Amino acid sequence: MSEWWTYRLSSFLLFSPRTYFHLHELYNAEIWPAQLVALAFGIVLATLAFRGGRRSGRTIAFILAGCWAFVGWAYHVQRYATINWAAVYFGGAFLAEALLLAALGVVREPLTVESTPPARRIGAWMMLFALIVQPAIGLLAGRPLTQAACFGIAPDPTVTGTLGMLLVARRPPWVLMIIPLLWCVISGAFEWAMRAPDALLMPLVGAIAAGAVAMSRATSPARQRR
Amino acid sequence: MTDKPTHRRRFLNTLAGAALGAALPPSPGRAAAAEPPLARAIPSSGERIPVVGLGSWITFNVGNDRLARDACAAVMQAFFDAGGRVVDSSPMYGSSQAVIGYGLAKLGNPPALFAADKVWIAPGSRGPAQAEESRRLWNVERFDLLQVHNLLAWEEHLPMLFAMKSAGKLRYVGITTSEGRRHRDVEAIMRSHPIDFVQVTYNVVDRDVEARILPLARERGIAVIVNRPFRQGALIDDVRRHPLPAWAAEIGAANWAQLLLKFIVSHPAVTCVIPATTQASHVRENMGAMLGPMPDDALRRRIVSDVERL
Repeated sequence: MSEWWTYRLSSFLLFSPRTYFHLHELYNAEIWPAQLVALAFGIVLATLAFRGGRRSGRTIAFILAGCWAFVGWAYHVQRYATINWAAVYFGGAFLAEALLLAALGVVREPLTVESTPPARRIGAWMMLFALIVQPAIGLLAGRPLTQAACFGIAPDPTVTGTLGMLLVARRPPWVLMIIPLLWCVISGAFEWAMRAPDALLMPLVGAIAAGAVAMSRATSPARQRR
Repeated sequence: MTDKPTHRRRFLNTLAGAALGAALPPSPGRAAAAEPPLARAIPSSGERIPVVGLGSWITFNVGNDRLARDACAAVMQAFFDAGGRVVDSSPMYGSSQAVIGYGLAKLGNPPALFAADKVWIAPGSRGPAQAEESRRLWNVERFDLLQVHNLLAWEEHLPMLFAMKSAGKLRYVGITTSEGRRHRDVEAIMRSHPIDFVQVTYNVVDRDVEARILPLARERGIAVIVNRPFRQGALIDDVRRHPLPAWAAEIGAANWAQLLLKFIVSHPAVTCVIPATTQASHVRENMGAMLGPMPDDALRRRIVSDVERL
């Protein structure tokens, strides 16, 4: 690809928006009622986030790892890869994030739900947004509810919820944020190429999360002590 | 490399094919349905193929969706019913190859099929395995044409494809590019290798190939497949907001799709154009471009100027 600069974003779009969103519809129908199970896990995550503590953080990381593994395999590898060969790599990245969450957030250095108030508030709102608002946002974009993207089932709300949970944790490992933030860019790029009305949503989520983490680190007690 | 007499023979074959289109007088009252669809000769063999084929970029990448696969099969059915032959795909196009295989099986493997696919992989040592996987997905005995997609690893793929042709496992060898990329490399390969086909982007707006590649294809006796005739739908979306010009009737174009396709296939170097669509009704429209008179040079210039003014 020696003339890579001549390629546009749309040059990499292998499928039509209609096929893409219909894939979501078929996926939702095939895995129903897994969406309700995922919603229950989301409510558990939000509850643990409010309860706080080291034990809650470990459970949060464990549930998130399960969600990432499920989305990586059931969505990316088994479904999305049928229309986008790059989805195999996306699936690999999601499975890698699941391993990182399990290894770092559960075993090595369990997440502790005790972040600074502004970041924690932003994180909690992001989790609620991922659970309730994001699945319905397609309706505003003119898509039926059967094509809804749900937390723990589809990539976008899973990434939003994960970033929210990482914000409520005290100094979460940066490495846990790399893949979610990269996905915010990738998702935005694909939806932009499809001219989806909500294309800027995930880049905005990523920007808010990155900003909140930076702000949290700048004002954390550990930094103030130095 | 091919010798000069072969060049001359190829050139004459091309001219003979082109003459079929050019010889048709522009009479609006011509009974389109009564005449055979316009076909052009592949210069290296003289085999004639209809000038309108079927692309599969995006439109056939529908994954495992059974309803969408059936819709693609209906598109293929309409295509073959209207006398079509050339179906083009690539390993790059997601599930398109598998969907074509599904459609062909559903239609009972139409004997008219001219199967055109590509190799798109690096390093080139993986080319044979990819070509075999593509053949398995189409479920055809062999491909009629394999092209090096976007010149990726062409130095390694071309010898492999020529070897397949020599062994009788392939009938024609080609290269592709799109949207005006790497035209200098395309020209160099056309001059230095005995390829049968070159695939390029050409339409009423994107006409870079008129300057060098199309004349070179005629000179070297290389068949030309044209991709992106509607700029992935954007061109036809733009023009169909305007009424069809009155002079379209002179060449029997009943809609914008036929007008734009007739512009392309009326170029004497063009062998086949491969519009892609998801709708059988659009296929029938496209295939109508093979019927009736073709625009002469003056009308081709008018098509360009009128479309550019829209």
